[in-house]
Amino acid sequence: MSTEARAQHFPAADWDGGVLPYRVGHRKLGMWLFIVSDSLTFSALLIGYSYLRASNVWPTPFPFYPSIVFSSVMTFCLLSSSLTMVFGVSASSRGEKDKARKWILATIFFGVAFIVLHLIEWRHLIHEGLQPFSLPAHWVSTFTAPDGTLPSPLFGATFFAITGLHMFHVATGAIYLAVVAARVKKLKHEDVEISGLYWHFVDLVWMFVFPLIYIMSVDVGGALAK
Amino acid sequence: MNAHEEHFAGSNKLFTSIWVWLLILTVIEIFLAYKPMPLHFMLVVLLGLSLIKAALIIAYFMHLKFERLSLILTIIPMLVVCICLLFVFFPDSFRSSDLRYKFKETAPVPAAEEH
Repeated sequence: MSTEARAQHFPAADWDGGVLPYRVGHRKLGMWLFIVSDSLTFSALLIGYSYLRASNVWPTPFPFYPSIVFSSVMTFCLLSSSLTMVFGVSASSRGEKDKARKWILATIFFGVAFIVLHLIEWRHLIHEGLQPFSLPAHWVSTFTAPDGTLPSPLFGATFFAITGLHMFHVATGAIYLAVVAARVKKLKHEDVEISGLYWHFVDLVWMFVFPLIYIMSVDVGGALAK
Repeated sequence: MNAHEEHFAGSNKLFTSIWVWLLILTVIEIFLAYKPMPLHFMLVVLLGLSLIKAALIIAYFMHLKFERLSLILTIIPMLVVCICLLFVFFPDSFRSSDLRYKFKETAPVPAAEEH
Protein backbone atom coordinates (compact mmCIF):
# COMPACT_ATOMS: atom_id res chain seq x y z
CA MET A 1 0.00 0.00 0.00
CA SER A 2 1.48 3.36 -1.00
CA THR A 3 1.89 6.06 1.62
CA GLU A 4 -0.89 8.11 0.05
CA ALA A 5 -3.30 5.18 -0.03
CA ARG A 6 -2.50 4.41 3.59
CA ALA A 7 -3.06 8.02 4.60
CA GLN A 8 -6.45 7.76 2.94
CA HIS A 9 -7.35 4.59 4.85
CA PHE A 10 -5.93 5.65 8.19
CA PRO A 11 -5.88 9.45 8.35
CA ALA A 12 -4.04 10.59 11.46
CA ALA A 13 -6.57 13.40 11.79
CA ASP A 14 -9.15 10.71 12.73
CA TRP A 15 -7.71 10.75 16.22
CA ASP A 16 -7.50 14.51 16.66
CA GLY A 17 -11.07 14.75 17.86
CA GLY A 18 -14.17 16.13 16.22
CA VAL A 19 -14.86 13.02 14.10
CA LEU A 20 -15.86 9.44 14.86
CA PRO A 21 -12.61 7.55 14.14
CA TYR A 22 -14.36 4.35 13.09
CA ARG A 23 -17.26 6.21 11.41
CA VAL A 24 -19.67 4.39 13.72
CA GLY A 25 -21.38 5.90 16.75
CA HIS A 26 -20.10 5.10 20.22
CA ARG A 27 -23.18 2.93 20.95
CA LYS A 28 -22.52 0.78 17.92
CA LEU A 29 -18.83 0.52 18.82
CA GLY A 30 -19.91 -0.48 22.33
CA MET A 31 -22.09 -3.27 20.93
CA TRP A 32 -19.18 -4.51 18.81
CA LEU A 33 -16.96 -4.63 21.88
CA PHE A 34 -19.68 -6.47 23.83
CA ILE A 35 -19.96 -8.98 20.98
CA VAL A 36 -16.19 -9.53 21.07
CA SER A 37 -16.23 -10.23 24.81
CA ASP A 38 -19.30 -12.46 24.55
CA SER A 39 -17.61 -14.38 21.71
CA LEU A 40 -14.80 -15.12 24.13
CA THR A 41 -17.28 -16.40 26.73
CA PHE A 42 -18.76 -18.86 24.24
CA SER A 43 -15.31 -19.77 22.91
CA ALA A 44 -14.17 -20.61 26.42
CA LEU A 45 -17.26 -22.77 27.00
CA LEU A 46 -16.89 -24.59 23.69
CA ILE A 47 -13.18 -25.15 24.26
CA GLY A 48 -13.89 -26.40 27.79
CA TYR A 49 -16.36 -28.83 26.24
CA SER A 50 -13.78 -29.90 23.65
CA TYR A 51 -11.22 -30.37 26.43
CA LEU A 52 -13.53 -32.72 28.33
CA ARG A 53 -14.51 -34.53 25.19
CA ALA A 54 -10.91 -35.16 24.11
CA SER A 55 -9.86 -36.44 27.54
CA ASN A 56 -12.85 -38.75 28.20
CA VAL A 57 -14.94 -41.46 26.64
CA TRP A 58 -17.79 -39.38 25.27
CA PRO A 59 -21.31 -40.62 24.53
CA THR A 60 -22.75 -39.91 21.05
CA PRO A 61 -26.44 -40.35 21.82
CA PHE A 62 -28.41 -38.08 19.46
CA PRO A 63 -30.89 -39.95 17.23
CA PHE A 64 -32.07 -38.53 13.90
CA TYR A 65 -35.49 -37.98 15.43
CA PRO A 66 -36.08 -36.01 17.60
CA SER A 67 -32.62 -34.47 18.24
CA ILE A 68 -31.23 -33.81 14.76
CA VAL A 69 -34.58 -32.99 13.17
CA PHE A 70 -35.35 -30.49 15.94
CA SER A 71 -31.91 -28.89 15.94
CA SER A 72 -31.97 -28.57 12.14
CA VAL A 73 -35.35 -26.86 12.19
CA MET A 74 -34.04 -24.62 14.99
CA THR A 75 -31.04 -23.71 12.81
CA PHE A 76 -33.43 -22.87 9.99
CA CYS A 77 -35.45 -20.64 12.39
CA LEU A 78 -32.37 -18.72 13.52
CA LEU A 79 -31.00 -18.26 10.00
CA SER A 80 -34.38 -17.03 8.79
CA SER A 81 -34.68 -14.69 11.78
CA SER A 82 -31.33 -13.17 10.79
CA LEU A 83 -32.64 -12.61 7.27
CA THR A 84 -35.83 -10.91 8.50
CA MET A 85 -33.70 -8.78 10.84
CA VAL A 86 -31.53 -7.63 7.93
CA PHE A 87 -34.70 -6.72 6.02
CA GLY A 88 -35.88 -4.78 9.08
CA VAL A 89 -32.63 -2.83 9.39
CA SER A 90 -32.65 -2.21 5.66
CA ALA A 91 -36.23 -0.85 5.81
CA SER A 92 -35.27 1.29 8.78
CA SER A 93 -32.33 2.75 6.86
CA ARG A 94 -34.78 3.90 4.18
CA GLY A 95 -36.92 5.48 6.90
CA GLU A 96 -39.79 2.96 6.47
CA LYS A 97 -40.41 2.50 10.18
CA ASP A 98 -43.67 0.52 9.87
CA LYS A 99 -42.07 -1.98 7.55
CA ALA A 100 -39.08 -2.21 9.87
CA ARG A 101 -41.40 -2.99 12.80
CA LYS A 102 -43.09 -5.81 10.88
CA TRP A 103 -39.77 -7.40 9.97
CA ILE A 104 -38.55 -7.12 13.56
CA LEU A 105 -41.77 -8.79 14.78
CA ALA A 106 -41.12 -11.62 12.29
CA THR A 107 -37.62 -11.92 13.76
CA ILE A 108 -39.07 -12.22 17.27
CA PHE A 109 -41.47 -14.90 16.00
CA PHE A 110 -38.59 -17.03 14.69
CA GLY A 111 -36.62 -16.42 17.90
CA VAL A 112 -39.51 -17.57 20.08
CA ALA A 113 -40.04 -20.59 17.79
CA PHE A 114 -36.38 -21.45 18.35
CA ILE A 115 -36.79 -21.31 22.13
CA VAL A 116 -39.98 -23.40 22.12
CA LEU A 117 -38.42 -26.08 19.90
CA HIS A 118 -35.29 -26.12 22.02
CA LEU A 119 -37.26 -26.55 25.24
CA ILE A 120 -39.18 -29.48 23.69
CA GLU A 121 -35.85 -30.98 22.68
CA TRP A 122 -34.52 -30.47 26.24
CA ARG A 123 -37.64 -32.17 27.61
CA HIS A 124 -37.01 -35.24 25.44
CA LEU A 125 -33.52 -35.58 26.89
CA ILE A 126 -34.60 -34.90 30.48
CA HIS A 127 -37.34 -37.52 30.16
CA GLU A 128 -34.77 -39.97 28.89
CA GLY A 129 -32.92 -39.40 32.18
CA LEU A 130 -30.16 -36.97 31.19
CA GLN A 131 -29.04 -34.79 34.10
CA PRO A 132 -26.23 -32.24 34.39
CA PHE A 133 -23.98 -34.66 36.24
CA SER A 134 -25.27 -38.09 35.29
CA LEU A 135 -26.16 -40.03 32.17
CA PRO A 136 -29.22 -42.24 31.67
CA ALA A 137 -28.37 -45.85 32.60
CA HIS A 138 -28.90 -47.18 29.08
CA TRP A 139 -26.50 -44.54 27.69
CA VAL A 140 -23.84 -45.70 30.16
CA SER A 141 -24.19 -49.35 29.15
CA THR A 142 -24.22 -48.53 25.42
CA PHE A 143 -21.25 -46.15 25.35
CA THR A 144 -18.88 -47.85 27.78
CA ALA A 145 -15.54 -48.28 25.95
CA PRO A 146 -14.32 -51.79 25.02
CA ASP A 147 -11.66 -51.52 27.77
CA GLY A 148 -14.39 -50.91 30.35
CA THR A 149 -13.98 -47.15 30.74
CA LEU A 150 -17.28 -45.49 31.55
CA PRO A 151 -18.54 -42.57 29.41
CA SER A 152 -18.11 -39.15 30.99
CA PRO A 153 -21.07 -38.07 33.14
CA LEU A 154 -20.27 -34.46 32.22
CA PHE A 155 -22.07 -34.76 28.88
CA GLY A 156 -25.19 -33.23 30.44
CA ALA A 157 -23.22 -30.45 32.15
CA THR A 158 -21.64 -29.26 28.91
CA PHE A 159 -24.85 -29.74 26.93
CA PHE A 160 -27.13 -27.85 29.29
CA ALA A 161 -24.57 -25.12 30.06
CA ILE A 162 -23.76 -24.26 26.46
CA THR A 163 -27.21 -24.61 24.92
CA GLY A 164 -28.74 -23.02 28.04
CA LEU A 165 -26.53 -19.94 27.85
CA HIS A 166 -27.27 -19.67 24.16
CA MET A 167 -31.02 -19.99 24.80
CA PHE A 168 -30.70 -17.25 27.42
CA HIS A 169 -29.12 -15.02 24.76
CA VAL A 170 -31.97 -15.75 22.36
CA ALA A 171 -34.55 -14.93 25.05
CA THR A 172 -32.74 -11.70 25.95
CA GLY A 173 -32.53 -10.82 22.28
CA ALA A 174 -36.26 -11.39 21.80
CA ILE A 175 -37.02 -9.02 24.68
CA TYR A 176 -34.52 -6.47 23.35
CA LEU A 177 -36.10 -6.64 19.89
CA ALA A 178 -39.59 -6.32 21.37
CA VAL A 179 -38.52 -3.05 23.02
CA VAL A 180 -36.96 -1.86 19.75
CA ALA A 181 -40.11 -2.79 17.79
CA ALA A 182 -42.31 -0.93 20.26
CA ARG A 183 -40.18 2.22 20.15
CA VAL A 184 -38.99 2.01 16.55
CA LYS A 185 -40.46 5.39 15.58
CA LYS A 186 -38.59 7.21 18.34
CA LEU A 187 -35.30 5.41 17.80
CA LYS A 188 -32.57 6.47 15.42
CA HIS A 189 -31.71 4.13 12.60
CA GLU A 190 -28.40 3.30 14.23
CA ASP A 191 -30.16 1.96 17.32
CA VAL A 192 -32.16 -0.47 15.18
CA GLU A 193 -28.93 -1.51 13.48
CA ILE A 194 -27.31 -2.16 16.88
CA SER A 195 -30.13 -4.48 17.95
CA GLY A 196 -29.60 -6.26 14.63
CA LEU A 197 -25.91 -6.73 15.45
CA TYR A 198 -26.82 -8.45 18.71
CA TRP A 199 -29.34 -10.71 17.00
CA HIS A 200 -26.91 -11.78 14.27
CA PHE A 201 -24.36 -12.54 16.95
CA VAL A 202 -26.78 -14.96 18.62
CA ASP A 203 -27.22 -16.64 15.22
CA LEU A 204 -23.45 -16.68 14.76
CA VAL A 205 -22.87 -18.52 18.04
CA TRP A 206 -25.40 -21.19 17.06
CA MET A 207 -23.37 -21.83 13.88
CA PHE A 208 -20.68 -23.25 16.18
CA VAL A 209 -22.89 -24.80 18.85
CA PHE A 210 -24.94 -26.78 16.32
CA PRO A 211 -22.08 -28.71 14.66
CA LEU A 212 -19.98 -29.15 17.81
CA ILE A 213 -22.77 -30.19 20.19
CA TYR A 214 -25.30 -31.82 17.88
CA ILE A 215 -23.63 -32.98 14.66
CA MET A 216 -20.54 -34.34 16.45
CA SER A 217 -22.74 -36.34 18.86
CA VAL A 218 -24.96 -38.12 16.34
CA ASP A 219 -25.66 -41.77 17.13
CA VAL A 220 -24.60 -42.83 13.61
CA GLY A 221 -24.92 -46.59 13.87
CA GLY A 222 -28.09 -46.34 15.95
CA ALA A 223 -26.28 -47.95 18.92
CA LEU A 224 -28.85 -46.67 21.41
CA ALA A 225 -31.82 -48.00 19.46
CA LYS A 226 -30.45 -51.56 19.57
CA MET B 1 -26.99 11.14 11.26
CA ASN B 2 -28.17 11.08 7.67
CA ALA B 3 -24.71 10.04 6.57
CA HIS B 4 -25.35 6.76 8.38
CA GLU B 5 -28.67 6.16 6.78
CA GLU B 6 -27.18 6.28 3.31
CA HIS B 7 -24.43 4.09 4.61
CA PHE B 8 -26.41 0.84 4.76
CA ALA B 9 -25.18 -0.96 1.66
CA GLY B 10 -26.32 -4.26 0.24
CA SER B 11 -29.60 -5.17 -1.43
CA ASN B 12 -32.26 -7.54 -0.13
CA LYS B 13 -31.42 -9.80 -3.06
CA LEU B 14 -27.82 -10.07 -1.85
CA PHE B 15 -28.94 -10.85 1.71
CA THR B 16 -31.38 -13.51 0.48
CA SER B 17 -28.63 -15.20 -1.52
CA ILE B 18 -26.40 -15.20 1.60
CA TRP B 19 -29.27 -16.84 3.52
CA VAL B 20 -29.59 -19.52 0.82
CA TRP B 21 -25.84 -20.20 1.02
CA LEU B 22 -26.04 -20.51 4.81
CA LEU B 23 -28.88 -23.04 4.47
CA ILE B 24 -26.94 -25.04 1.86
CA LEU B 25 -23.88 -25.20 4.14
CA THR B 26 -26.10 -26.33 7.03
CA VAL B 27 -27.62 -29.12 4.94
CA ILE B 28 -24.09 -30.23 3.99
CA GLU B 29 -23.18 -30.37 7.70
CA ILE B 30 -26.22 -32.52 8.53
CA PHE B 31 -25.44 -34.78 5.56
CA LEU B 32 -21.83 -35.17 6.77
CA ALA B 33 -23.06 -36.25 10.21
CA TYR B 34 -24.22 -39.54 8.69
CA LYS B 35 -21.15 -40.22 6.55
CA PRO B 36 -18.75 -42.59 8.27
CA MET B 37 -15.39 -40.85 8.45
CA PRO B 38 -12.53 -40.39 10.93
CA LEU B 39 -13.55 -38.13 13.83
CA HIS B 40 -10.68 -35.68 13.32
CA PHE B 41 -11.40 -35.30 9.64
CA MET B 42 -15.08 -34.66 10.36
CA LEU B 43 -14.19 -32.09 13.04
CA VAL B 44 -11.93 -30.19 10.63
CA VAL B 45 -14.57 -30.18 7.86
CA LEU B 46 -17.37 -29.11 10.22
CA LEU B 47 -15.30 -26.31 11.75
CA GLY B 48 -14.23 -25.18 8.29
CA LEU B 49 -17.86 -24.96 7.19
CA SER B 50 -18.78 -23.16 10.42
CA LEU B 51 -16.03 -20.61 9.90
CA ILE B 52 -17.31 -19.93 6.38
CA LYS B 53 -20.84 -19.48 7.76
CA ALA B 54 -19.57 -17.21 10.54
CA ALA B 55 -17.64 -15.13 8.01
CA LEU B 56 -20.74 -14.75 5.82
CA ILE B 57 -22.85 -13.66 8.79
CA ILE B 58 -20.25 -11.19 10.06
CA ALA B 59 -19.44 -9.75 6.65
CA TYR B 60 -22.95 -9.34 5.25
CA PHE B 61 -25.61 -9.64 7.98
CA MET B 62 -23.54 -7.78 10.57
CA HIS B 63 -22.43 -5.50 7.80
CA LEU B 64 -18.78 -5.47 8.76
CA LYS B 65 -17.67 -5.76 5.12
CA PHE B 66 -19.12 -2.31 4.51
CA GLU B 67 -17.56 -0.70 7.59
CA ARG B 68 -14.30 1.19 7.79
CA LEU B 69 -11.17 -0.97 7.57
CA SER B 70 -9.84 0.40 10.86
CA LEU B 71 -12.93 -0.97 12.69
CA ILE B 72 -12.44 -4.43 11.15
CA LEU B 73 -8.75 -4.40 12.12
CA THR B 74 -9.61 -3.36 15.66
CA ILE B 75 -12.17 -6.09 16.27
CA ILE B 76 -11.27 -9.23 14.31
CA PRO B 77 -7.51 -9.93 14.74
CA MET B 78 -7.49 -9.64 18.54
CA LEU B 79 -10.52 -11.90 18.79
CA VAL B 80 -8.84 -14.54 16.63
CA VAL B 81 -5.61 -14.31 18.65
CA CYS B 82 -7.48 -14.63 21.98
CA ILE B 83 -9.41 -17.68 20.81
CA CYS B 84 -6.23 -19.30 19.51
CA LEU B 85 -4.58 -18.70 22.89
CA LEU B 86 -7.29 -20.86 24.50
CA PHE B 87 -5.89 -23.82 22.52
CA VAL B 88 -2.97 -24.04 24.99
CA PHE B 89 -5.24 -26.25 27.11
CA PHE B 90 -5.45 -29.09 24.60
CA PRO B 91 -2.07 -30.75 25.27
CA ASP B 92 -3.21 -31.16 28.88
CA SER B 93 -6.49 -32.64 27.69
CA PHE B 94 -4.69 -35.30 25.62
CA ARG B 95 -2.35 -35.98 28.56
CA SER B 96 -5.19 -36.55 31.02
CA SER B 97 -6.77 -38.89 28.49
CA ASP B 98 -3.67 -41.10 28.81
CA LEU B 99 -3.55 -40.78 32.60
CA ARG B 100 -7.08 -42.06 33.06
CA TYR B 101 -7.42 -45.31 34.95
CA LYS B 102 -7.92 -48.16 32.53
CA PHE B 103 -9.82 -51.26 33.55
CA LYS B 104 -8.04 -54.52 32.84
CA GLU B 105 -9.18 -56.27 29.66
CA THR B 106 -10.42 -59.25 31.65
CA ALA B 107 -12.43 -57.19 34.15
CA PRO B 108 -16.18 -57.38 33.57
CA VAL B 109 -17.73 -54.27 32.10
CA PRO B 110 -19.56 -52.75 35.11
CA ALA B 111 -22.54 -51.45 33.19
CA ALA B 112 -22.96 -54.67 31.24
CA GLU B 113 -24.27 -56.35 34.40
CA GLU B 114 -27.52 -54.52 33.99
CA HIS B 115 -28.50 -56.69 31.03
